[in-house]
Amino acid sequence: MTETCHSQWQYNFAFLDENTKRMLRRALLKAVAIPGYQVPFGSREMPLPYGWGTGGIQLTASIIGQDDVLKVIDQGADDTTNAVNIRRFFARVTSVATTSSTAAASLIQSRHRIPETPLRPGQIMVFQVPEPEALRTLEASEVETRKLHAHQEYGLMHVKLYEDIARFGHIATSYDYPVMVNQRYLSSPSPIPKFDNPKLHMSPALLLFGAGREKRLYAIPPHTRVESLAFEDHPFTVQRWEQACALCGSHDSYLDEIITDDAGARMFVCSDTDYCQQQQESKA
Amino acid sequence: MSQPVLSVSGLAKDYGNGQGCFDIDFELYEGEVLCIVGESGSGKSTLLSTLAGRLSADAGSVRFRDRAGSSHELTTLAEAERRRLARSEWGFVTQHARDGLRMNVSAGANVSERLMALGQRHYGQLRETAAQWLEKVEISRERLDDRPTAFSGGMQQRLQIARNLVTQPRLVFMDEPTGGLDVSVQARFLDLLRRLVHDTGIAVIMVTHDLGVTRLLAQRTLVMQQGRVVEAGLTDQILDDPQHPYSQLLVSSILQA
Ligand SMILES: Nc1ncnc2c1ncn2[C@@H]1O[C@H](COP(=O)(O)OP(=O)(O)OP(=O)(O)O)[C@@H](O)[C@H]1O
Ligand SMILES: [Mg+2]
Ligand SMILES: [Zn+2]
Repeated sequence: MTETCHSQWQYNFAFLDENTKRMLRRALLKAVAIPGYQVPFGSREMPLPYGWGTGGIQLTASIIGQDDVLKVIDQGADDTTNAVNIRRFFARVTSVATTSSTAAASLIQSRHRIPETPLRPGQIMVFQVPEPEALRTLEASEVETRKLHAHQEYGLMHVKLYEDIARFGHIATSYDYPVMVNQRYLSSPSPIPKFDNPKLHMSPALLLFGAGREKRLYAIPPHTRVESLAFEDHPFTVQRWEQACALCGSHDSYLDEIITDDAGARMFVCSDTDYCQQQQESKA
Repeated sequence: MSQPVLSVSGLAKDYGNGQGCFDIDFELYEGEVLCIVGESGSGKSTLLSTLAGRLSADAGSVRFRDRAGSSHELTTLAEAERRRLARSEWGFVTQHARDGLRMNVSAGANVSERLMALGQRHYGQLRETAAQWLEKVEISRERLDDRPTAFSGGMQQRLQIARNLVTQPRLVFMDEPTGGLDVSVQARFLDLLRRLVHDTGIAVIMVTHDLGVTRLLAQRTLVMQQGRVVEAGLTDQILDDPQHPYSQLLVSSILQA
Protein backbone atom coordinates (compact mmCIF):
# COMPACT_ATOMS: atom_id res chain seq x y z
CA MET A 1 0.00 0.00 0.00
CA THR A 2 3.05 2.24 0.07
CA GLU A 3 4.88 3.85 -2.82
CA THR A 4 7.30 0.91 -2.87
CA CYS A 5 4.35 -1.24 -3.92
CA HIS A 6 4.51 -2.65 -7.44
CA SER A 7 3.00 -0.32 -9.94
CA GLN A 8 -0.34 -0.87 -11.54
CA TRP A 9 0.62 -2.53 -14.82
CA GLN A 10 1.84 -5.62 -12.97
CA TYR A 11 -1.65 -6.38 -11.70
CA ASN A 12 -4.76 -7.53 -13.43
CA PHE A 13 -7.65 -5.04 -13.26
CA ALA A 14 -8.84 -5.00 -9.60
CA PHE A 15 -5.87 -7.13 -8.53
CA LEU A 16 -7.55 -10.56 -8.78
CA ASP A 17 -7.07 -12.71 -11.87
CA GLU A 18 -10.08 -13.25 -14.12
CA ASN A 19 -10.60 -16.85 -13.07
CA THR A 20 -10.79 -15.92 -9.42
CA LYS A 21 -13.24 -13.12 -10.21
CA ARG A 22 -15.41 -15.52 -12.20
CA MET A 23 -15.37 -17.99 -9.31
CA LEU A 24 -16.44 -15.23 -6.93
CA ARG A 25 -19.18 -14.00 -9.26
CA ARG A 26 -20.55 -17.52 -9.59
CA ALA A 27 -20.67 -17.76 -5.79
CA LEU A 28 -22.34 -14.34 -5.66
CA LEU A 29 -25.00 -15.38 -8.15
CA LYS A 30 -25.79 -18.34 -5.98
CA ALA A 31 -25.89 -16.09 -2.91
CA VAL A 32 -28.33 -13.73 -4.62
CA ALA A 33 -30.49 -16.67 -5.67
CA ILE A 34 -30.68 -17.95 -2.05
CA PRO A 35 -30.95 -14.80 0.10
CA GLY A 36 -29.08 -15.13 3.41
CA TYR A 37 -27.50 -18.49 2.56
CA GLN A 38 -23.75 -18.67 3.19
CA VAL A 39 -21.92 -19.74 0.04
CA PRO A 40 -18.36 -21.07 0.44
CA PHE A 41 -15.69 -19.62 -1.85
CA GLY A 42 -11.97 -20.13 -2.37
CA SER A 43 -10.61 -17.11 -0.55
CA ARG A 44 -7.40 -15.73 -2.12
CA GLU A 45 -4.34 -14.24 -0.51
CA MET A 46 -4.84 -10.50 -0.41
CA PRO A 47 -2.25 -7.81 0.27
CA LEU A 48 -3.89 -7.23 3.67
CA PRO A 49 -4.15 -9.48 6.71
CA TYR A 50 -7.48 -11.06 7.70
CA GLY A 51 -9.43 -8.69 9.88
CA TRP A 52 -8.73 -5.83 7.47
CA GLY A 53 -11.63 -6.60 5.23
CA THR A 54 -10.16 -9.19 2.88
CA GLY A 55 -13.60 -10.77 2.36
CA GLY A 56 -15.17 -7.45 1.38
CA ILE A 57 -12.19 -6.51 -0.77
CA GLN A 58 -12.44 -9.73 -2.77
CA LEU A 59 -16.15 -9.18 -3.40
CA THR A 60 -15.56 -5.59 -4.44
CA ALA A 61 -12.70 -6.69 -6.70
CA SER A 62 -14.89 -9.29 -8.39
CA ILE A 63 -17.70 -6.88 -9.27
CA ILE A 64 -16.08 -3.47 -9.73
CA GLY A 65 -16.10 -2.10 -13.29
CA GLN A 66 -14.41 0.84 -15.05
CA ASP A 67 -17.50 3.01 -14.67
CA ASP A 68 -18.04 2.40 -10.99
CA VAL A 69 -17.68 5.14 -8.42
CA LEU A 70 -16.36 3.67 -5.17
CA LYS A 71 -16.95 4.79 -1.61
CA VAL A 72 -15.30 3.05 1.34
CA ILE A 73 -16.31 3.59 4.95
CA ASP A 74 -15.13 2.32 8.27
CA GLN A 75 -17.32 3.07 11.30
CA GLY A 76 -19.24 5.45 9.07
CA ALA A 77 -16.19 7.54 8.20
CA ASP A 78 -14.41 7.83 4.86
CA ASP A 79 -11.15 9.10 6.35
CA THR A 80 -10.16 6.34 8.78
CA THR A 81 -6.98 4.37 8.06
CA ASN A 82 -8.73 1.22 6.96
CA ALA A 83 -11.14 3.05 4.66
CA VAL A 84 -8.37 5.17 3.16
CA ASN A 85 -6.15 2.13 2.54
CA ILE A 86 -8.87 0.14 0.83
CA ARG A 87 -9.95 3.13 -1.30
CA ARG A 88 -6.34 3.79 -2.32
CA PHE A 89 -5.83 0.13 -3.11
CA PHE A 90 -8.76 0.11 -5.53
CA ALA A 91 -7.82 3.46 -7.02
CA ARG A 92 -4.40 1.99 -7.76
CA VAL A 93 -5.49 -1.37 -9.15
CA THR A 94 -8.56 -0.14 -11.09
CA SER A 95 -8.22 3.60 -11.58
CA VAL A 96 -11.96 3.96 -10.95
CA ALA A 97 -13.31 7.18 -9.49
CA THR A 98 -13.70 7.31 -5.73
CA THR A 99 -16.01 9.44 -3.66
CA SER A 100 -17.09 10.05 -0.10
CA SER A 101 -20.63 10.90 -1.21
CA THR A 102 -23.17 8.14 -0.64
CA ALA A 103 -25.42 9.55 -3.35
CA ALA A 104 -22.60 9.69 -5.91
CA ALA A 105 -21.31 6.16 -5.23
CA SER A 106 -22.35 3.13 -7.26
CA LEU A 107 -20.41 0.73 -5.05
CA ILE A 108 -19.92 1.14 -1.30
CA GLN A 109 -17.64 -1.06 0.75
CA SER A 110 -18.33 -0.81 4.45
CA ARG A 111 -17.21 -1.93 7.84
CA HIS A 112 -19.66 -1.34 10.71
CA ARG A 113 -22.25 0.98 9.14
CA ILE A 114 -24.91 1.48 6.50
CA PRO A 115 -24.97 5.12 5.35
CA GLU A 116 -27.76 7.37 6.66
CA THR A 117 -28.55 8.67 3.17
CA PRO A 118 -31.08 6.14 1.84
CA LEU A 119 -29.63 3.78 -0.74
CA ARG A 120 -31.16 3.74 -4.19
CA PRO A 121 -31.81 1.10 -6.83
CA GLY A 122 -28.67 0.12 -8.71
CA GLN A 123 -26.31 0.73 -5.83
CA ILE A 124 -24.35 -2.17 -4.34
CA MET A 125 -23.07 -2.35 -0.78
CA VAL A 126 -20.29 -4.75 0.18
CA PHE A 127 -19.95 -5.54 3.88
CA GLN A 128 -16.79 -6.80 5.55
CA VAL A 129 -17.75 -9.68 7.80
CA PRO A 130 -15.50 -11.07 10.54
CA GLU A 131 -17.86 -13.95 11.55
CA PRO A 132 -20.54 -14.92 9.04
CA GLU A 133 -22.18 -17.50 11.30
CA ALA A 134 -24.82 -15.94 13.56
CA LEU A 135 -25.02 -19.17 15.59
CA ARG A 136 -21.27 -19.52 16.12
CA THR A 137 -21.04 -18.30 19.72
CA LEU A 138 -23.70 -20.86 20.63
CA GLU A 139 -22.61 -23.77 18.47
CA ALA A 140 -18.92 -24.20 17.73
CA SER A 141 -19.28 -27.01 15.21
CA GLU A 142 -19.58 -25.96 11.56
CA VAL A 143 -21.10 -29.34 10.67
CA GLU A 144 -23.82 -28.77 13.23
CA THR A 145 -24.56 -25.13 12.30
CA ARG A 146 -24.93 -26.16 8.66
CA LYS A 147 -27.46 -28.76 9.72
CA LEU A 148 -29.33 -26.18 11.77
CA HIS A 149 -29.56 -23.94 8.70
CA ALA A 150 -30.54 -26.81 6.44
CA HIS A 151 -33.40 -27.76 8.74
CA GLN A 152 -34.21 -24.18 9.69
CA GLU A 153 -33.75 -25.02 13.37
CA TYR A 154 -33.20 -21.63 14.91
CA GLY A 155 -34.42 -22.13 18.49
CA LEU A 156 -30.81 -21.71 19.52
CA MET A 157 -30.71 -18.08 18.42
CA HIS A 158 -33.59 -17.29 20.70
CA VAL A 159 -31.67 -18.99 23.51
CA LYS A 160 -29.14 -16.20 23.19
CA LEU A 161 -31.78 -13.47 23.19
CA TYR A 162 -33.53 -15.16 26.15
CA GLU A 163 -30.22 -15.17 27.99
CA ASP A 164 -29.74 -11.47 27.24
CA ILE A 165 -33.07 -10.60 28.81
CA ALA A 166 -32.51 -12.91 31.79
CA ARG A 167 -29.20 -11.21 32.52
CA PHE A 168 -29.76 -7.60 31.54
CA GLY A 169 -33.51 -7.16 31.60
CA HIS A 170 -33.58 -6.42 27.87
CA ILE A 171 -32.02 -7.72 24.67
CA ALA A 172 -28.54 -6.32 25.17
CA THR A 173 -27.20 -7.33 21.76
CA SER A 174 -26.66 -3.94 20.15
CA TYR A 175 -24.63 -4.75 17.06
CA ASP A 176 -24.41 -7.79 14.77
CA TYR A 177 -28.03 -8.28 15.76
CA PRO A 178 -29.34 -11.50 14.15
CA VAL A 179 -31.81 -11.27 11.29
CA MET A 180 -34.04 -13.65 9.40
CA VAL A 181 -33.58 -13.10 5.66
CA ASN A 182 -36.53 -13.76 3.36
CA GLN A 183 -38.22 -15.74 6.14
CA ARG A 184 -35.75 -18.54 5.65
CA TYR A 185 -32.09 -18.07 6.59
CA LEU A 186 -30.85 -16.76 9.90
CA SER A 187 -28.00 -14.37 9.10
CA SER A 188 -25.47 -12.08 10.65
CA PRO A 189 -25.89 -8.52 9.34
CA SER A 190 -22.13 -8.06 10.05
CA PRO A 191 -21.11 -5.89 13.02
CA ILE A 192 -23.36 -2.96 12.12
CA PRO A 193 -25.28 -1.38 15.00
CA LYS A 194 -28.84 -2.70 15.31
CA PHE A 195 -29.78 0.91 14.47
CA ASP A 196 -28.96 -0.03 10.86
CA ASN A 197 -30.97 -3.27 10.79
CA PRO A 198 -34.19 -1.65 9.54
CA LYS A 199 -32.24 -0.35 6.52
CA LEU A 200 -31.68 -3.96 5.45
CA HIS A 201 -35.41 -4.59 5.14
CA MET A 202 -36.69 -4.09 1.57
CA SER A 203 -33.51 -2.22 0.66
CA PRO A 204 -33.59 -1.03 -2.96
CA ALA A 205 -29.82 -1.71 -3.18
CA LEU A 206 -28.06 -5.06 -3.49
CA LEU A 207 -26.31 -5.98 -0.23
CA LEU A 208 -23.34 -8.36 -0.36
CA PHE A 209 -21.44 -9.81 2.58
CA GLY A 210 -17.93 -11.27 2.46
CA ALA A 211 -15.93 -13.08 5.16
CA GLY A 212 -12.30 -13.67 4.10
CA ARG A 213 -11.05 -15.82 6.95
CA GLU A 214 -14.17 -17.97 7.03
CA LYS A 215 -14.35 -18.07 3.20
CA ARG A 216 -18.09 -17.43 3.09
CA LEU A 217 -20.20 -14.90 1.22
CA TYR A 218 -23.92 -14.19 1.28
CA ALA A 219 -26.37 -11.65 -0.08
CA ILE A 220 -29.56 -9.75 0.55
CA PRO A 221 -30.98 -8.93 -2.88
CA PRO A 222 -33.02 -5.75 -3.40
CA HIS A 223 -36.51 -5.71 -1.90
CA THR A 224 -35.96 -8.70 0.38
CA ARG A 225 -37.75 -9.07 3.71
CA VAL A 226 -35.30 -8.84 6.60
CA GLU A 227 -36.64 -9.32 10.09
CA SER A 228 -34.71 -8.69 13.31
CA LEU A 229 -35.40 -11.47 15.81
CA ALA A 230 -37.22 -10.63 19.03
CA PHE A 231 -39.83 -11.79 21.53
CA GLU A 232 -43.49 -10.76 21.49
CA ASP A 233 -43.08 -9.06 24.87
CA HIS A 234 -39.57 -7.74 24.07
CA PRO A 235 -39.91 -6.36 20.55
CA PHE A 236 -36.95 -5.22 18.46
CA THR A 237 -36.01 -1.58 19.05
CA VAL A 238 -33.16 0.61 17.80
CA GLN A 239 -30.86 2.97 19.69
CA ARG A 240 -32.16 6.50 20.33
CA TRP A 241 -30.32 9.51 21.66
CA GLU A 242 -31.51 12.32 23.92
CA GLN A 243 -29.45 14.88 22.04
CA ALA A 244 -29.00 15.82 18.41
CA CYS A 245 -25.67 15.72 16.53
CA ALA A 246 -23.48 18.51 17.93
CA LEU A 247 -22.23 19.36 14.43
CA CYS A 248 -25.25 19.14 12.14
CA GLY A 249 -28.19 18.96 14.56
CA SER A 250 -29.57 15.76 13.08
CA HIS A 251 -32.04 13.94 15.30
CA ASP A 252 -32.24 10.73 13.37
CA SER A 253 -28.73 9.58 12.64
CA TYR A 254 -26.54 7.16 14.57
CA LEU A 255 -24.37 9.12 16.98
CA ASP A 256 -20.87 8.44 18.31
CA GLU A 257 -19.80 9.81 21.63
CA ILE A 258 -16.44 11.54 21.35
CA ILE A 259 -14.17 13.03 24.00
CA THR A 260 -13.23 16.54 22.98
CA ASP A 261 -10.53 17.57 25.45
CA ASP A 262 -8.21 16.30 28.17
CA ALA A 263 -10.76 17.21 30.82
CA GLY A 264 -13.07 14.56 29.41
CA ALA A 265 -15.69 16.82 27.86
CA ARG A 266 -17.88 14.84 25.46
CA MET A 267 -20.13 15.44 22.57
CA PHE A 268 -22.30 13.38 20.27
CA VAL A 269 -21.77 13.55 16.54
CA CYS A 270 -22.97 11.59 13.52
CA SER A 271 -20.93 8.45 12.88
CA ASP A 272 -21.68 8.92 9.15
CA THR A 273 -19.27 11.73 8.26
CA ASP A 274 -20.60 12.23 4.74
CA TYR A 275 -24.16 12.56 5.97
CA CYS A 276 -23.11 14.99 8.71
CA GLN A 277 -21.29 17.10 6.13
CA GLN A 278 -24.35 17.17 3.85
CA GLN A 279 -26.57 18.17 6.75
CA GLN A 280 -24.23 20.98 7.77
CA GLU A 281 -24.01 22.28 4.19
CA SER A 282 -27.76 22.22 3.69
CA LYS A 283 -28.17 24.30 6.84
CA ALA A 284 -25.42 26.78 5.94
CA MET B 1 -55.59 -52.18 24.15
CA SER B 2 -54.33 -49.07 22.36
CA GLN B 3 -51.78 -49.16 19.57
CA PRO B 4 -48.11 -49.31 20.56
CA VAL B 5 -46.06 -46.10 20.50
CA LEU B 6 -43.12 -48.05 19.16
CA SER B 7 -43.01 -51.40 17.33
CA VAL B 8 -39.58 -52.85 16.69
CA SER B 9 -38.94 -55.93 14.63
CA GLY B 10 -35.77 -57.59 13.37
CA LEU B 11 -33.75 -54.47 14.13
CA ALA B 12 -30.00 -54.68 13.66
CA LYS B 13 -27.05 -52.33 13.82
CA ASP B 14 -23.79 -53.91 12.77
CA TYR B 15 -20.57 -51.97 13.38
CA GLY B 16 -18.95 -54.36 10.93
CA ASN B 17 -16.76 -56.03 13.52
CA GLY B 18 -19.41 -58.42 14.80
CA GLN B 19 -20.39 -55.81 17.41
CA GLY B 20 -23.66 -53.89 17.59
CA CYS B 21 -27.20 -55.13 18.22
CA PHE B 22 -29.12 -57.82 16.34
CA ASP B 23 -32.61 -59.35 15.93
CA ILE B 24 -34.32 -56.91 18.26
CA ASP B 25 -38.12 -57.23 18.60
CA PHE B 26 -40.39 -55.50 21.08
CA GLU B 27 -43.36 -53.18 21.45
CA LEU B 28 -43.76 -50.23 23.75
CA TYR B 29 -47.06 -48.70 24.88
CA GLU B 30 -48.06 -45.30 26.18
CA GLY B 31 -47.15 -44.72 29.83
CA GLU B 32 -44.85 -47.71 29.85
CA VAL B 33 -41.26 -47.85 31.08
CA LEU B 34 -39.03 -50.40 29.41
CA CYS B 35 -35.56 -51.04 30.80
CA ILE B 36 -32.70 -52.46 28.78
CA VAL B 37 -30.18 -54.19 31.04
CA GLY B 38 -26.97 -56.06 30.39
CA GLU B 39 -23.27 -55.89 31.06
CA SER B 40 -20.92 -53.30 29.63
CA GLY B 41 -20.51 -53.75 25.88
CA SER B 42 -23.70 -55.78 25.45
CA GLY B 43 -25.11 -53.24 22.97
CA LYS B 44 -27.55 -51.27 25.14
CA SER B 45 -26.45 -47.80 24.02
CA THR B 46 -26.17 -48.98 20.44
CA LEU B 47 -29.77 -50.19 20.52
CA LEU B 48 -31.00 -46.96 22.11
CA SER B 49 -29.22 -44.76 19.57
CA THR B 50 -30.47 -46.89 16.70
CA LEU B 51 -34.04 -46.61 17.96
CA ALA B 52 -33.70 -42.84 18.26
CA GLY B 53 -32.27 -42.65 14.75
CA ARG B 54 -28.93 -41.34 15.96
CA LEU B 55 -27.34 -44.40 14.38
CA SER B 56 -28.63 -45.80 11.10
CA ALA B 57 -30.09 -49.29 11.26
CA ASP B 58 -28.74 -52.05 9.02
CA ALA B 59 -31.87 -54.19 9.07
CA GLY B 60 -35.36 -54.36 10.50
CA SER B 61 -38.06 -51.89 11.23
CA VAL B 62 -38.95 -49.33 13.92
CA ARG B 63 -42.47 -47.94 13.65
CA PHE B 64 -43.39 -44.90 15.71
CA ARG B 65 -46.95 -43.64 16.20
CA ASP B 66 -47.09 -39.91 16.76
CA ARG B 67 -49.56 -37.95 18.88
CA ALA B 68 -51.86 -37.47 15.91
CA GLY B 69 -51.92 -41.22 15.31
CA SER B 70 -49.81 -41.31 12.14
CA SER B 71 -47.20 -43.97 11.88
CA HIS B 72 -43.56 -43.33 10.85
CA GLU B 73 -40.94 -45.87 9.80
CA LEU B 74 -37.91 -44.50 11.62
CA THR B 75 -35.26 -46.58 9.87
CA THR B 76 -35.96 -44.90 6.54
CA LEU B 77 -37.20 -41.51 7.71
CA ALA B 78 -35.71 -38.41 6.07
CA GLU B 79 -33.33 -36.49 8.30
CA ALA B 80 -35.53 -33.38 8.40
CA GLU B 81 -38.55 -35.38 9.51
CA ARG B 82 -36.53 -37.28 12.09
CA ARG B 83 -35.29 -34.01 13.57
CA ARG B 84 -38.83 -32.66 13.67
CA LEU B 85 -40.00 -35.71 15.59
CA ALA B 86 -36.95 -35.51 17.88
CA ARG B 87 -37.93 -31.92 18.73
CA SER B 88 -41.63 -32.40 19.20
CA GLU B 89 -42.30 -36.03 20.08
CA TRP B 90 -39.16 -37.38 21.74
CA GLY B 91 -36.68 -36.60 24.46
CA PHE B 92 -33.18 -37.92 25.01
CA VAL B 93 -31.57 -37.91 28.44
CA THR B 94 -27.88 -38.71 28.51
CA GLN B 95 -25.66 -40.18 31.21
CA HIS B 96 -23.47 -37.11 31.37
CA ALA B 97 -25.45 -33.93 31.87
CA ARG B 98 -22.89 -31.94 29.89
CA ASP B 99 -23.85 -33.92 26.78
CA GLY B 100 -27.53 -33.14 27.24
CA LEU B 101 -27.47 -29.59 28.61
CA ARG B 102 -26.08 -26.27 27.43
CA MET B 103 -23.67 -25.61 30.25
CA ASN B 104 -23.01 -21.98 29.27
CA VAL B 105 -26.57 -20.68 29.48
CA SER B 106 -29.01 -20.45 32.38
CA ALA B 107 -31.30 -23.22 33.59
CA GLY B 108 -34.24 -21.19 32.28
CA ALA B 109 -32.74 -21.01 28.79
CA ASN B 110 -32.03 -24.75 28.91
CA VAL B 111 -35.64 -25.54 29.71
CA SER B 112 -37.01 -22.99 27.22
CA GLU B 113 -34.91 -24.04 24.23
CA ARG B 114 -37.28 -26.70 22.91
CA LEU B 115 -40.27 -24.43 23.34
CA MET B 116 -38.50 -21.70 21.38
CA ALA B 117 -37.55 -24.24 18.72
CA LEU B 118 -41.26 -24.99 18.38
CA GLY B 119 -41.94 -21.30 17.84
CA GLN B 120 -42.91 -19.92 21.27
CA ARG B 121 -41.93 -16.28 21.33
CA HIS B 122 -43.25 -14.82 24.57
CA TYR B 123 -40.41 -14.32 27.02
CA GLY B 124 -42.63 -13.96 30.08
CA GLN B 125 -44.54 -17.14 29.30
CA LEU B 126 -41.40 -19.09 28.50
CA ARG B 127 -39.93 -18.03 31.80
CA GLU B 128 -43.01 -18.98 33.76
CA THR B 129 -43.19 -22.39 32.08
CA ALA B 130 -39.50 -22.95 32.80
CA ALA B 131 -39.97 -21.97 36.45
CA GLN B 132 -42.87 -24.41 36.79
CA TRP B 133 -40.78 -27.19 35.31
CA LEU B 134 -37.89 -26.47 37.64
CA GLU B 135 -40.31 -26.89 40.52
CA LYS B 136 -41.65 -30.12 39.06
CA VAL B 137 -38.14 -31.53 39.13
CA GLU B 138 -37.61 -30.19 42.64
CA ILE B 139 -35.32 -27.30 41.78
CA SER B 140 -36.26 -23.95 43.31
CA ARG B 141 -37.48 -21.38 40.80
CA GLU B 142 -34.92 -19.05 42.36
CA ARG B 143 -32.31 -21.00 40.40
CA LEU B 144 -33.85 -20.07 37.03
CA ASP B 145 -31.00 -17.74 36.06
CA ASP B 146 -28.18 -19.94 37.36
CA ARG B 147 -26.06 -21.94 34.95
CA PRO B 148 -26.02 -25.73 35.20
CA THR B 149 -22.35 -25.53 36.15
CA ALA B 150 -23.54 -24.22 39.52
CA PHE B 151 -25.75 -27.31 40.01
CA SER B 152 -24.95 -30.65 41.66
CA GLY B 153 -24.91 -33.81 39.54
CA GLY B 154 -28.38 -34.78 40.69
CA MET B 155 -29.77 -31.33 39.92
CA GLN B 156 -28.19 -31.40 36.48
CA GLN B 157 -29.91 -34.69 35.71
CA ARG B 158 -33.22 -33.32 36.94
CA LEU B 159 -32.67 -30.23 34.79
CA GLN B 160 -32.12 -32.52 31.82
CA ILE B 161 -35.44 -34.18 32.57
CA ALA B 162 -37.21 -30.79 32.72
CA ARG B 163 -35.55 -29.67 29.48
CA ASN B 164 -36.84 -32.79 27.76
CA LEU B 165 -40.30 -33.05 29.26
CA VAL B 166 -41.26 -29.39 28.84
CA THR B 167 -42.65 -30.04 25.37
CA GLN B 168 -44.59 -33.07 26.62
CA PRO B 169 -42.93 -35.65 24.38
CA ARG B 170 -44.56 -39.03 23.86
CA LEU B 171 -41.36 -41.02 24.16
CA VAL B 172 -38.18 -40.37 26.11
CA PHE B 173 -34.92 -42.26 25.62
CA MET B 174 -32.59 -42.39 28.61
CA ASP B 175 -29.08 -43.79 28.64
CA GLU B 176 -27.97 -44.54 32.20
CA PRO B 177 -29.41 -41.30 33.60
CA THR B 178 -28.45 -42.31 37.14
CA GLY B 179 -25.01 -43.61 36.19
CA GLY B 180 -23.08 -40.71 37.64
CA LEU B 181 -25.17 -40.20 40.77
CA ASP B 182 -24.60 -41.23 44.42
CA VAL B 183 -26.90 -43.94 45.65
CA SER B 184 -28.92 -41.60 47.88
CA VAL B 185 -29.31 -39.03 45.08
CA GLN B 186 -30.21 -41.82 42.68
CA ALA B 187 -33.12 -42.97 44.83
CA ARG B 188 -34.63 -39.51 44.90
CA PHE B 189 -34.13 -39.08 41.19
CA LEU B 190 -35.84 -42.39 40.40
CA ASP B 191 -38.69 -41.54 42.69
CA LEU B 192 -39.21 -38.25 40.88
CA LEU B 193 -38.99 -39.95 37.52
CA ARG B 194 -41.60 -42.51 38.49
CA ARG B 195 -43.94 -39.73 39.52
CA LEU B 196 -43.42 -37.77 36.29
CA VAL B 197 -43.99 -40.85 34.16
CA HIS B 198 -47.18 -41.52 36.07
CA ASP B 199 -48.40 -37.92 35.79
CA THR B 200 -47.53 -37.33 32.14
CA GLY B 201 -48.16 -40.77 30.61
CA ILE B 202 -44.96 -40.68 28.57
CA ALA B 203 -43.31 -43.87 27.42
CA VAL B 204 -39.69 -44.36 28.47
CA ILE B 205 -36.92 -46.61 27.21
CA MET B 206 -34.14 -46.59 29.73
CA VAL B 207 -30.74 -48.21 29.50
CA THR B 208 -29.27 -49.25 32.82
CA HIS B 209 -26.96 -51.87 34.17
CA ASP B 210 -28.63 -51.59 37.58
CA LEU B 211 -31.39 -54.12 38.18
CA GLY B 212 -32.50 -52.09 41.21
CA VAL B 213 -33.48 -49.27 38.83
CA THR B 214 -35.31 -51.76 36.68
CA ARG B 215 -37.30 -53.15 39.58
CA LEU B 216 -38.32 -49.67 40.71
CA LEU B 217 -39.36 -48.24 37.35
CA ALA B 218 -39.91 -50.71 34.58
CA GLN B 219 -43.00 -52.72 33.77
CA ARG B 220 -41.00 -54.64 31.20
CA THR B 221 -37.34 -55.46 30.74
CA LEU B 222 -35.03 -56.59 27.96
CA VAL B 223 -31.90 -58.44 29.01
CA MET B 224 -29.06 -58.08 26.51
CA GLN B 225 -25.91 -60.06 26.04
CA GLN B 226 -23.44 -59.74 23.17
CA GLY B 227 -25.76 -57.58 21.13
CA ARG B 228 -28.82 -59.81 21.45
CA VAL B 229 -31.89 -59.87 23.64
CA VAL B 230 -31.59 -63.10 25.61
CA GLU B 231 -34.70 -62.57 27.72
CA ALA B 232 -37.66 -60.20 27.52
CA GLY B 233 -40.77 -59.89 29.59
CA LEU B 234 -42.42 -58.46 32.67
CA THR B 235 -39.81 -57.09 35.03
CA ASP B 236 -41.13 -58.93 38.07
CA GLN B 237 -41.06 -62.23 36.22
CA ILE B 238 -37.52 -61.73 35.02
CA LEU B 239 -36.26 -60.67 38.41
CA ASP B 240 -38.13 -63.35 40.36
CA ASP B 241 -37.79 -66.22 37.93
CA PRO B 242 -35.13 -65.57 35.30
CA GLN B 243 -35.10 -68.22 32.57
CA HIS B 244 -31.90 -67.54 30.66
CA PRO B 245 -28.62 -68.50 32.38
CA TYR B 246 -27.26 -64.98 31.79
CA SER B 247 -30.34 -63.36 33.39
CA GLN B 248 -29.98 -65.79 36.29
CA LEU B 249 -26.38 -64.67 36.70
CA LEU B 250 -27.37 -60.98 36.62
CA VAL B 251 -30.15 -61.48 39.15
CA SER B 252 -28.05 -63.55 41.51
CA SER B 253 -25.24 -60.99 41.39
CA ILE B 254 -27.58 -58.18 42.39
CA LEU B 255 -29.07 -60.28 45.16
CA GLN B 256 -25.60 -60.92 46.53
CA ALA B 257 -24.65 -57.24 46.31
N1 LIG C 1 -18.52 -46.88 16.76
C1 LIG C 1 -18.27 -48.17 17.05
N2 LIG C 1 -17.55 -48.92 16.19
C2 LIG C 1 -17.30 -50.23 16.47
N3 LIG C 1 -17.72 -50.87 17.57
C3 LIG C 1 -18.43 -50.16 18.47
C4 LIG C 1 -18.74 -48.79 18.25
N4 LIG C 1 -19.45 -48.33 19.31
C5 LIG C 1 -19.58 -49.39 20.14
N5 LIG C 1 -18.98 -50.49 19.64
C6 LIG C 1 -18.94 -51.83 20.24
O1 LIG C 1 -20.26 -52.35 20.24
C7 LIG C 1 -20.51 -53.04 21.43
C8 LIG C 1 -21.73 -52.48 22.14
O2 LIG C 1 -21.42 -51.17 22.61
P1 LIG C 1 -22.46 -50.30 23.44
O3 LIG C 1 -21.85 -48.99 23.67
O4 LIG C 1 -23.77 -50.37 22.76
O5 LIG C 1 -22.53 -51.14 24.79
P2 LIG C 1 -23.30 -50.81 26.13
O6 LIG C 1 -24.10 -52.00 26.43
O7 LIG C 1 -23.99 -49.50 26.05
O8 LIG C 1 -22.08 -50.73 27.17
P3 LIG C 1 -21.89 -49.78 28.46
O9 LIG C 1 -22.69 -50.40 29.56
O10 LIG C 1 -20.42 -49.87 28.74
O11 LIG C 1 -22.32 -48.41 28.11
C9 LIG C 1 -19.23 -52.95 22.27
O12 LIG C 1 -18.48 -54.12 22.09
C10 LIG C 1 -18.51 -51.77 21.67
O13 LIG C 1 -17.13 -51.92 21.80
MG1 LIG D 1 -23.73 -47.61 27.05
ZN1 LIG E 1 -24.14 15.27 12.25
